[in-house]
Amino acid sequence: MRYIRPLSMEDAVGQLAGSPGTAAILAGGSDLLVRMKGGFVEPDLIVDIKAIDGLAEIRQTAEGFSIGAAVSCALMGESAALKREWPGVVEAAKLIGSKQVQGRCTIVGNLCNASPAADSVPALVAAGARALIVGPGGRRTVAVEAVPTGPGKTSLAKGEIIEAILLDRRGPHSGDAYLRFIPRTEMDIAVVSAGVNLTLDEQGVVKSARVALGAVAPTVLLVEEAAEALIGRKLDEAALERLAKVCSGACRPIDDKRGTVEFRRKVAGVLARRAATTAYARAGDK
Amino acid sequence: MNFDPRYSGRNFASVGTRPIRPDGVDKVTGRARYGADFNMAGQLVGRVLRSPHAHATIRKIDTSKAEKLNGVKAVITAADLPDLTDGDAALYDILDNCMARKKALYDGHAVAAVAAVDARTARQALQLIEVDYEVLPHVTDVDEAMKHSAPVLNDTIFTEGLEQKPVKPSNVTKRSQYGHGDIHEGFGRADYVVERSFKTEQTHQGYIEPHACVASVSSDGTADLWVCTQGHFVYRQHCAQLLGMEASKLRVTSSEIGGGFGGKTHVWAEPVALALSRKAGRPVKLVMTRDEVFRASGPTSATSIDVRIGARKDGTITAAEATLRYSCGPYAGMWAELGAMTAFACYNLANVRTVGYEVLVNRPKTAAYRAPSAPMAAFAVESAVDELAKEIGMDPVEFRIRNAAQEGTRSSYGPVYGPIGIGPTLEAAKNHPHMKAPLGENQGRGMACGFWFNFGGQTCTDLNIGMDGSVSLAVGTVDVGGSRASLSLVAAEELGIAYEQVKAVVADTSSLGYNDMTDGSRGTFSSSMATISAARNAIKVLRERAAQMWDIPVDDVVWENGHAIAKGEKYGNLAALSLKEIAAGSGKTGGPIAGHSELVADGAGVSFATHICDIEVDPETGATKVLRYTVVQDAGKAVHPTYVEGQYQGGAAQGIGWALNEEYVYGKDGRLQNPGFLDYRIPVCSDLPMIDTQILEIPNPNHPYGVRGVGETSIVPPLAAIANAVSNAAGVRMTHIPMSPPRILAAIEAERGGRWSK
Ligand SMILES: Cc1cc2nc3c(=O)[nH]c(=O)nc-3n(C[C@H](O)[C@H](O)[C@H](O)COP(=O)(O)OP(=O)(O)OC[C@H]3O[C@@H](n4cnc5c(N)ncnc54)[C@H](O)[C@@H]3O)c2cc1C
Repeated sequence: MRYIRPLSMEDAVGQLAGSPGTAAILAGGSDLLVRMKGGFVEPDLIVDIKAIDGLAEIRQTAEGFSIGAAVSCALMGESAALKREWPGVVEAAKLIGSKQVQGRCTIVGNLCNASPAADSVPALVAAGARALIVGPGGRRTVAVEAVPTGPGKTSLAKGEIIEAILLDRRGPHSGDAYLRFIPRTEMDIAVVSAGVNLTLDEQGVVKSARVALGAVAPTVLLVEEAAEALIGRKLDEAALERLAKVCSGACRPIDDKRGTVEFRRKVAGVLARRAATTAYARAGDK
Repeated sequence: MNFDPRYSGRNFASVGTRPIRPDGVDKVTGRARYGADFNMAGQLVGRVLRSPHAHATIRKIDTSKAEKLNGVKAVITAADLPDLTDGDAALYDILDNCMARKKALYDGHAVAAVAAVDARTARQALQLIEVDYEVLPHVTDVDEAMKHSAPVLNDTIFTEGLEQKPVKPSNVTKRSQYGHGDIHEGFGRADYVVERSFKTEQTHQGYIEPHACVASVSSDGTADLWVCTQGHFVYRQHCAQLLGMEASKLRVTSSEIGGGFGGKTHVWAEPVALALSRKAGRPVKLVMTRDEVFRASGPTSATSIDVRIGARKDGTITAAEATLRYSCGPYAGMWAELGAMTAFACYNLANVRTVGYEVLVNRPKTAAYRAPSAPMAAFAVESAVDELAKEIGMDPVEFRIRNAAQEGTRSSYGPVYGPIGIGPTLEAAKNHPHMKAPLGENQGRGMACGFWFNFGGQTCTDLNIGMDGSVSLAVGTVDVGGSRASLSLVAAEELGIAYEQVKAVVADTSSLGYNDMTDGSRGTFSSSMATISAARNAIKVLRERAAQMWDIPVDDVVWENGHAIAKGEKYGNLAALSLKEIAAGSGKTGGPIAGHSELVADGAGVSFATHICDIEVDPETGATKVLRYTVVQDAGKAVHPTYVEGQYQGGAAQGIGWALNEEYVYGKDGRLQNPGFLDYRIPVCSDLPMIDTQILEIPNPNHPYGVRGVGETSIVPPLAAIANAVSNAAGVRMTHIPMSPPRILAAIEAERGGRWSK
């Protein structure tokens, strides 16, 4: 097994693309190392991306935010600007693991591990985040929901690395929120989760909405019908009721050791409703 | 030796104080050595191959490819552990559990093992071992296993305890029955009867330290074993018997222990490590992974329990009955019997009957877990008691006080009680401010009582006084919960010296006589008795030496506050001699000064607790939050109150995990789905409130200081107390443990008429 720590993106991509055996990208390692220790993967090459120039930075541009692939979730929590604009994304990132895990883990790692229960992903999907991908063929940008294709699988080609997650600059009266259900208070995996992102008009009527659900299907679900239930209305009881119903209906969950189909359906609705209420209040405050 | 163990009311100087523990600094700095911290030159890595099947006949094992792999020094199967058990059925089960002989009986059952130069080679070697299995139908559920249609695990088992031997083998190894009076007559007089069925899922002790050992067998047939255990003498005995060694040729040293709770009372890896070392001719270290600990150590039983209790309008229970079915894993046990004995032990009942069924299933062999079997029985009984109080319209505490056992009560399992603490713990609970604290919306309060037997047993202790007057105390009961601190306090108390002057160690099996394990809440109870006895023997020697130094008759020398004092007017000019002074001169007065003790600590006395808790339930998700928790328990005498409180809090914390989230989840294929702490959910810190404790001290008449064991009882009431609180908060009776959010939400929805929003 070979471990390298390239200093440039070009070098990293080149090494990955040229490696004859199996290769893995190492960010925080909080998924990769656990999988290696468990004997599930044994890569021939490990490319640690943390020393790549500029990758551990959050940059604010005219278009919004660019969160480098080596930015730890703890660092996201320390960015006042990011928290102000995208509180839902940050609260999702800050739910991952524990303080210790937060110091290492990244949202890109969370996305590329491709677990249906990944915490930051529904929030990113609701936020309309995009992934900036660098590979042997050049650079491309895709919606984050296009990255995971099923449990443990991504659409990334050999040699491709996500360089950053891009979040738009926010207009006024916008807010997002993320909630997950776990049986414990921390150190657990989402049984169901919901991310909601809203923009309101001056009157408090929802202009645009994105609703995403986690852990209820092989990949995170972007539920357009749920967004439609909210658009054009204030967040009245009928709208919330409809939101919950649509979300419960959109789930395609399974019975497993973490929860039942019935439980996941019901709680998906409850969480969507609660997250929408929080997002609405946050949007109204701005 | 004429040691008098009776309680003598006395004032204490050291006992009851809270000094820091002697093992504390090493534990927080990482210097302390746990099972996996021991290493030897030339040591090999041992690894175990485990069955992926819940139930399968082993047709053939081919180890030849593994043996040929470079770096592999030994490969063993059951053939390397020949059956030397000589008709001892219990020992044969241990042997078969360590290494499957004819059949793999659960997912995780060991079938072969290797010793290799490193972990990678060992892992590769396991993959090269070819096992030819014939997969058999399996059963993992306790109720399913009792059905006639269930696959039979062992066709030599015919249920014991029935009037007639059954004609067909089954998975029920034994039926046991306890009680007295006439329950039909009793139920006939009842105005109210509650009848309910309950289930509890299998849980694991969840100790943080996995099983670990280093075995080193010499070519002369002697051996050493360093191991994390609750009882190194018992491990020595079992290992020696299984390997055909004389016990004295095997020296077992216990490491520090990162939790046991009953789970380290049983050998699994140790005989395997010894057999590997014997074959390889080199030391072998064997450390279980967490996955192996869950799949192949000894969790507690899953249960299915029916309870019926009847009472008159005035709140007197007229009859009580329970049928208890406990899973044992694939080998016979007496888990249901313990449940049947403890179920109604808190109450004074004229008519009571309990029946227990021991049930074999394709799961790992059940081992003790802190007051084994009592928490599940208490859950069922205390839930029904709560419901009955409600039906009658009585306060649940008052109802229990009215029916509580007392001194002189004939217990439901037979004996007549001496002075006991159930009444006082209930009174204390009744008067506790917790009981009157206001509750908010969706919040509920529950309380419950619990009983455990406690145990004393064989104990051997040495107390050696150094020439500088410091005292070494060598005990043979492994220190699981702070007993070295408590025993040092006891030695200091008896000798009349400072706690800091005493250093306690856990001696290896070649340095002391046999000691039973640290189980049955016996560590401090039994070893403090032996320590007192050893100290008294040392005092006798100290008095003799002082008499010699003074040249007066020993009968004129008394021992007070750490000094020899010449008694009587005629010795007025003799200054008292301190322990230090006598020790300093010991070389000239007859050599080293020591006190030895070997005894059977009888009269451990029974133990009772009452717990109160407040829970909030989110009615939309079934999520629970433990808001407040109070433990009231009788300690007899709290030797080191901080560690008594620690035992109370620890039991409650484990009980909370068990009640709310912990469970073994088996798939349809009979394989364990959650062998790790991610999906086997023990509580994390933020799941728990500060657990408040109240220590009652009702002296045990059979111990010089009045001590009772405190280690186990604290896990008995939580399942029931929490179930009562959740039921009150959610407005629906919870009958299935753990009360995970999906179960609570399903119960709430069912109560509302099954309106799942689909
Ligand atoms: C104790 C513990 C608790 C946890 N709790 C949670 C939790 O609450 N919620 C949750 O969602 N997850 C949790 N996790 C999982 C894990 O922490 C998260 O998924 C985390 O975000 C992964 O980030 P990482 O940087 O550590 O990823 P890594 O382990 O470094 O990488 C994960 C995967 O992504 C790939 N990858 C990483 N970076 C890139 C890149 N730039 N481009 C392409 N591929 C890349 C890696 O090759 C690997 O396959 C927990 C893990 C542990 C150990």
